[in-house]
Amino acid sequence: MIETLAARVNEDEALVRRGRFLTTTFLLEVGPAAWLISIYQGRVVSVARGPFVMPSSSFALRAPEEEWRKFWSSRPPPGSNDLMALIKRRVLTAEGNLQIFMAHLRYFKEALAKLRTAGAAA
Amino acid sequence: MSAKFEPITGRYMQLDLFGRPHRIYVEEAGEGTPLLCLHTAGSDGRQYRALMNDARVTGRHRVIAFDMPWHGKSSPPAGWHAEEYQLTSAQYTGMILEIMTALELDRPIAIGCSIGGRIALHLALEHPQRFRAIIGLQAGAHVDPYYDLNFLHRPDVHGGEVAAAIVSGLVGPDAPDADRWETLWHYMQGGPGVFKGDLYFYKIDGDIRGRVAQIDTRKCPLFLLSGEYDYSCTPEETRAVAASIPGCEVTIMKGLGHFPMSENPAEFFKHLLPVLEKIGRRDLLPA
Repeated sequence: MIETLAARVNEDEALVRRGRFLTTTFLLEVGPAAWLISIYQGRVVSVARGPFVMPSSSFALRAPEEEWRKFWSSRPPPGSNDLMALIKRRVLTAEGNLQIFMAHLRYFKEALAKLRTAGAAA
Repeated sequence: MSAKFEPITGRYMQLDLFGRPHRIYVEEAGEGTPLLCLHTAGSDGRQYRALMNDARVTGRHRVIAFDMPWHGKSSPPAGWHAEEYQLTSAQYTGMILEIMTALELDRPIAIGCSIGGRIALHLALEHPQRFRAIIGLQAGAHVDPYYDLNFLHRPDVHGGEVAAAIVSGLVGPDAPDADRWETLWHYMQGGPGVFKGDLYFYKIDGDIRGRVAQIDTRKCPLFLLSGEYDYSCTPEETRAVAASIPGCEVTIMKGLGHFPMSENPAEFFKHLLPVLEKIGRRDLLPA
């Protein structure tokens, strides 16, 4: 499912335009599974599944599988509807160079919520 | 296509606050019992535009909203360029009471959201005799910081973009798009460091956990209304505050978030109008 992120993000012209100053690679961890997601000028250019020997990323987002499953449900319950809600409940940890994450916070929120659309069960 | 004017008038008030001249923007609409509206951190009085445009409210209430200094169309005081803005409980309380006096408001109903809901608890505790009733929206006694507030004011993160992105998930899932993005636009328009300075009150200085149970609702009725999807001031936190205050009435608003009056007015009115009616009926009872 995570692999569909590139197509889902890249087909949204407004999202790609808002990310035009964003070029980075971040690590997404869903329970024990890891993905390295590379973005070039707002377009997701690769989604690589781990395990990795030496993953290199600007920052990492880590949450248990169950938390991502709720976040990616079609109508997330209160407390699971937003990355900041997960962070507030201390179930999502954001680590690394968070300047990139925060400077493009709307982009990352909307990009990851793309996995919420039809057929998005994790 | 003809222009249609809303029944809202705005004025600039020159007023000394904390010993310094201020220029404060005040909007109002309607006639009747004064209803003084307090906006959230980092936003402004436009959050109450729906209340000022709804005859069910304005038919019986003089709805008033001011932009706090540094917010909306109110200016920061002269000298601001060399200062760091930080809102304190004492300043916040002082400005509300001063503005009430300047506008000659006789025991208004106060309605405040988020930081406005927090200060509503302070007002209920410390100045109950000045108010007919107090309505706290998204009112909790304390919120622990859950992100590094420094990100709200640094040159390599756009302040308006990040403020709106921080709060975007606090809007409930059923908010109409136009009202959702209007609410977020207000955040995008905040001045540098203003949202952060407000949160100094919300997350640090305004902690009222130790005193909230001393609120006496016999002196001033207190109503707390909170949206189901608010993860900043959660329904659980609002319920806990209400449970500690005898006579406090609590409503959890399904599907709504942190900005009920601005994000989804039609749904919010279903909860607000009965509260206003109840306050109106109490007002008719002999003292």
